[in-house]
Amino acid sequence: MNAVISFLTQAGGFWVLTAIKIGLLLFIVLTVNAYLTWFERKVVALMQSRVGPHRVGPHGLLQPAADGLKFLFKEDAMPAGVDKFVYLLAPFLALTLSLASLAVIPFGPNPLPIKFFGHQIDLWITNPQIGLLVLFSITALGVYGVALAGWASNSKYPLLGGLRSSAQMVSYELSMTMSVVGVLLIANSFSLTEIIGLQDSSKYGFLAWNIFGIRSFTQIAGFLCFFISAIAETNRVPFDLPEAESELVAGFHTEYSSFKFAMFFIAEYTSMITVSALCSILFFGGWNSPFPSGSAWQFSHYLPSLILLPFGLWVIYDGIKYETIFGRVVLPGIGTAIAAIGAALIVFPSINEYVQAPFWLLLKIFGFLFFYVWARGTLPRFRYDQLMNIGWKLLLPVSIANVIITAGVVLLRSKP
Amino acid sequence: MSPQLLIFFLLAALSVIGALSLILQKHPIHSALSLIVVMVALAGLYLLMGAEFVAAVQIIVYGGAIMVLFVFVIMLLNAGEEEHTDFSKIAKYGGLPLALALTGLLATAMVRHGGAVANAANSDSLASTTSISMLLFSTFVYPFELTSFLILVAIMGALVLAQREKS
Repeated sequence: MNAVISFLTQAGGFWVLTAIKIGLLLFIVLTVNAYLTWFERKVVALMQSRVGPHRVGPHGLLQPAADGLKFLFKEDAMPAGVDKFVYLLAPFLALTLSLASLAVIPFGPNPLPIKFFGHQIDLWITNPQIGLLVLFSITALGVYGVALAGWASNSKYPLLGGLRSSAQMVSYELSMTMSVVGVLLIANSFSLTEIIGLQDSSKYGFLAWNIFGIRSFTQIAGFLCFFISAIAETNRVPFDLPEAESELVAGFHTEYSSFKFAMFFIAEYTSMITVSALCSILFFGGWNSPFPSGSAWQFSHYLPSLILLPFGLWVIYDGIKYETIFGRVVLPGIGTAIAAIGAALIVFPSINEYVQAPFWLLLKIFGFLFFYVWARGTLPRFRYDQLMNIGWKLLLPVSIANVIITAGVVLLRSKP
Repeated sequence: MSPQLLIFFLLAALSVIGALSLILQKHPIHSALSLIVVMVALAGLYLLMGAEFVAAVQIIVYGGAIMVLFVFVIMLLNAGEEEHTDFSKIAKYGGLPLALALTGLLATAMVRHGGAVANAANSDSLASTTSISMLLFSTFVYPFELTSFLILVAIMGALVLAQREKS
């Protein structure tokens, strides 16, 4: 027993703690992924005046679980003539790379107030000096999952999908990387925590964020280029040509069934989360609140409760009059839990203070995820030549111009 | 054995196996994949030396951009399996001895100047992005600009060749 404790208080504890954090983050992200599909279906359904999933569980809340079970129990077919090794490698590559990119995303500035055998518990798995470069190198490798899946399937449609995607991702990676250079020039660092720290909103509020850039230069052009390229990079509508249903059946993953298909699916949704987090961190101040600090703005610290409490009460109210008995039990239960968290934040101010930073970051990430769904519900798909034109003739020149102008402004301001 | 040394041997073995497989694989895509393994393993070795920036750039440029183009072209041409032929006479009598001689030369150089090789790994000048950019934009600014000019020439050449075929 003593040996275990001494192991944990020394270097071993760090490894154990990191393993626990990785497990926890994977669990949370995979659950969020599952409910993101539910959220997407519900929102798109509302936009199209439909009901959306509502059969499995109250408001269709158990639909993700049903989908997951379906993926597990479907027959895992392998088509004839595939390149076995590459065919099996592709979904693993896609999933591992997209999950690996979560490791460098910081979720809050302060370590937890409790310690793990003397080890500080930070709200990130790792915080390297080159955080942004690590993310970009992972995205650079992410192309292979899609391209190899298309090639290895030994089928026409997936091959076309794979070819399209590699051309698309290579083109948009350029403008994505260039659009971030403005932020890097301002922050003078690749570290994500330092980039967030420089957008500190305690004095100017949301005007200090890079997108408004009161301290240096507005990065709105950079943000637009980055977000559009990032949507293309994640193969989402309106840039979902690699898997265009009406043209290519399902594109690169046509020949994949059962859980191998689910792996591509999870990879896509995880990279949506990563891109949303990156947008919030680089351009929207990360965990900085949009309000300045100071006693006049103290009320903004109660916003988490102000959102959670009414939402919880509404869920209770909605659940009481739900049709099924199961719903009448479960929904008020969920509502009570949400409302209780909201109330607890008012009762315990120290917890409320701690929760502020992660709350704002998660709210921004959620906002971008909603934008993804919104775009899917409203925009038609681009034609392939339009896609290439936008990438090379619009986004790349604009982001290069943004780099030059920002560099000029930073140079002028840096002079004493 | 320290953890660093263990990781070094893992990565070194990975890159050597990747390089061997690059030559021995019959299908071009498999060869390209092996080359990606070599690139990523090399990036790991750079990371082990503390050269974070170089490691990230190695993956972004070589592992990502360049190899994606390789894979893309192989897919586009739908290249099939290669036929392996026997060694040509030049390779047998000229190439093999020369390769052995080169390996021997490199090995003896490394063994003789073991100290210098070990010190090269500890240089701090490559560690941070700031020091690299300082070197690149002050001491080595002319070679750097000339290299970018060279790449521009290559791009122009490719464009000219593509245009000529069209007309």
